Amino acid sequence: MENVLLEMKGISKSFPGVKALKSGNLTVYKGRVMALLGENGAGKSTLMNILSGVFEADGGEIFYQGKKVSFKNTHQSAGCGIAMIHQELNLIPRLSAAENLFLGREFTNRFGKLDKKKIYQKSQELLKKVRLDIPPDTIVKDLSVGARQMIEIAKSFTIDANLIIMDEPTASLVDRDVERLFDLIAELKKDGKSIIYISHRLDEIFKIADDVTVMRDGEFVSMRPIVQTNEEQLIEDIVGRKVGKRYPFVKGVRGKKIFEFKNLVGKNIKNSSGAFYEGQTVGFSGLVGSGRTELARAIFGAYNLSGGEFFVDAKSVKIKTPKQALKCGIVYLSEDRKGDGLVLSISVLGNTTLSSLKSLESKLLKINKKKEKSIVKSLIEKLYIKTPSGAQIVKNLSGGNQQKVALARALMVKPKLLILDEPTRGIDVGAKKEIYDLINELKSAGMAILMISSDMNEILGLSDRVMVFREGEITANLEREEASSERIMSYAIGGVSSLRA
Amino acid sequence: MDILKRNKPFIGLLLLCVAIAFVSPDFRTTGNFLIILRQTSINFIIALGMTLVILTGGIDLSVGSILAFSSAVSAWLLASGYHAGLAICAALLIGAACGLINGIFISYGKLQPFIMTLVSMTIFRGLTLVFTDGRPINAGENLTFEFVGNGYIFGIPFPIILMIFLFALAYYLLNWTRFGRYIYAIGGNEDASRLAGINVEINKTAVYIACGILSAIAGIILTSRLAGAQPTAGTGYELDAIAAAVVGGTSLAGGIGNIQGTFAGALIIGVLSNALNLLKVSSYYQTIVKGLVILIAVLIDQPFGRKIVMTLLQKIKGRKL
Ligand SMILES: Nc1ncnc2c1ncn2[C@@H]1O[C@H](COP(=O)(O)OP(=O)(O)OP(=O)(O)O)[C@@H](O)[C@H]1O
Ligand SMILES: [Mg+2]
Repeated sequence: MENVLLEMKGISKSFPGVKALKSGNLTVYKGRVMALLGENGAGKSTLMNILSGVFEADGGEIFYQGKKVSFKNTHQSAGCGIAMIHQELNLIPRLSAAENLFLGREFTNRFGKLDKKKIYQKSQELLKKVRLDIPPDTIVKDLSVGARQMIEIAKSFTIDANLIIMDEPTASLVDRDVERLFDLIAELKKDGKSIIYISHRLDEIFKIADDVTVMRDGEFVSMRPIVQTNEEQLIEDIVGRKVGKRYPFVKGVRGKKIFEFKNLVGKNIKNSSGAFYEGQTVGFSGLVGSGRTELARAIFGAYNLSGGEFFVDAKSVKIKTPKQALKCGIVYLSEDRKGDGLVLSISVLGNTTLSSLKSLESKLLKINKKKEKSIVKSLIEKLYIKTPSGAQIVKNLSGGNQQKVALARALMVKPKLLILDEPTRGIDVGAKKEIYDLINELKSAGMAILMISSDMNEILGLSDRVMVFREGEITANLEREEASSERIMSYAIGGVSSLRA
Repeated sequence: MDILKRNKPFIGLLLLCVAIAFVSPDFRTTGNFLIILRQTSINFIIALGMTLVILTGGIDLSVGSILAFSSAVSAWLLASGYHAGLAICAALLIGAACGLINGIFISYGKLQPFIMTLVSMTIFRGLTLVFTDGRPINAGENLTFEFVGNGYIFGIPFPIILMIFLFALAYYLLNWTRFGRYIYAIGGNEDASRLAGINVEINKTAVYIACGILSAIAGIILTSRLAGAQPTAGTGYELDAIAAAVVGGTSLAGGIGNIQGTFAGALIIGVLSNALNLLKVSSYYQTIVKGLVILIAVLIDQPFGRKIVMTLLQKIKGRKL
């Protein structure tokens, strides 16, 4: 066909102990968005890494712009106009936004001196393009995960690309940013650029994709123009079976108050108070930067407060470090699994039991490895973590499976209050449902659950109560019956105080 | 292939030994074997502590100075007629205190380990020089104390037994206890470790204390062997210890490595100096050879070096087929 930009045929790839790709096929058309879907560990990222030259394929062929290619590294693929936005954030936290944008591609003058002014100006343009309103010299460490993602996207514009690969770009974006990204994609399409778009959010696919390819277990399953398919069919292709109701809500039975926070004050936390009850899921909703994560981390002792009080079972407690929080029966699942959620260099087993090693100690401080192994094995099965064994290094798992390992660590603690910060980030449709079921199950068993989510459907679909945040303040505390997406948004954006009535 | 990869340092050691055994008949004797082990014991005991520190993502440049300081104090106590047990305890205490200082400034003061231990390296050395007035101290005769460096149990030199005991202890700590898990976790990702409920500061401090104590033990062996203390003892030992860890496959970035590798690394360095001595290579050349061996070992662990090795292997295979 004339308008084919890229064709990948029968790509295979093995890693020690894992056959990541058996036969990956993908065709991308000029000026169109090709969505690439599949379960966690289906091989999507691996296929893209092969395309852009990060990995070498074991077999198969790639045709790009009519020519057979095989890129040895990302410099080569970038030279041919292929840009990739990786699933994991790869920015250097200590550098500024501008420095990150042009890392390895800095402008220099004749004498090799950095042209800081030009870098600054160009960065400003790029940031404007992705509509990220920050000065280019902001240090990345101080930015939210969403803002970092936007920088990552802006970075792909520093090379003049014909094909842009976006591996789960919206996993850490809120709706408003997602809209921005979609505007951008529309613009790119108009310029005749092609996009490979990986996501686990199906609603997005129907908004922006022109075609959709599904893979399962490292193999091509189907390719269709988006207009010829529907959500149900896609889910069936992805999971290989039918999935029931997406948000299976089970009403919580409110038990006793187990945790209370009073008058918390800190940076981006303005005099906040609230409480959590056994058997209830509380959703934290709000825009990025509204202070949801800060408050959650403060409760976990991982964020500095200048004032406030905590009560566990109506007794005043001090929580200044995560260790103290864990002692009080609180556990927190970070929104940034690579940053501070997981130790990527150690095994699945090591990560899973990291917070509960004390309970595994026997005589002579010796860890009971047999017990450890069997607990980890059962968690791997319970969460369907795709890994050759517990001994696998977490870095080698697919993104969604890494997320599940982080969740496994939190569950192993058996907390009284479970704080989940974007728990389904990067998790596939089938597994999401399983996690929702699990949250409901834990709730029914009497656990108190605090869930931060940027996905409105998730908030509405799982919460018994919704706390809405705006600029560091809790602006609403809505019971499930009172909560609707419009109401939540109005409290999140503000200025509509009349709605309170 | 997997087994080969995991035991790379041991394979290197084996190849080295076989090669040297061919050229030097003196090398092949049991006596020489024990000599190598005894000579290696001091470096390896320090390297044990160094490995723990490096695994947490740190470094300790002050080990040589800690060794000298504890050595001087124990020699002085012996010379003043105190009991050997007291001299040993004092040396261990000094090692622990020095490690504690390093650990506190690094963990709680948030100083870069390299900078902090560079500073403490000079300060501890300075303290040693002040304490000894820059002169060697003769420990005098003390049979109990001499046993540490020169004694035998069932024909095996005591330093070797001590080394193996400490090796086993460190192995147990790293692989079977919570502390060991924490060391790997902290080196892999400090922030994530903190969120997992680990008291990162205390654990890091503990590791520097362990490194200080191990340096002091090495100091005691050295004092016992020399029946006295030199104020300049241990100069440059930090490099040998780092080299042993790195040759053994420990990553300076932290979180990756193990004690067995360090053992092989220390032996490679030990065997090499022993062989070069037997072959009467001048000590000037010896340092160059040592440097090259470390370079090769480290290169093999890099993508660049691995590529070279792989292509070489492929070529060899291709020729055979
Ligand atoms: N470097 C690696 N070493 C070993 N196994 C790997 C490596 N990279 C990926 N894998 C394995 O290959 C399989 C495919 O992984 P891949 O990252 O491509 O999945 P994915 O489709 O992108 O999943 P997700 O939606 O979770 O991101 C997984 O089983 C994963 O564990
Ligand atoms: Mg992926």
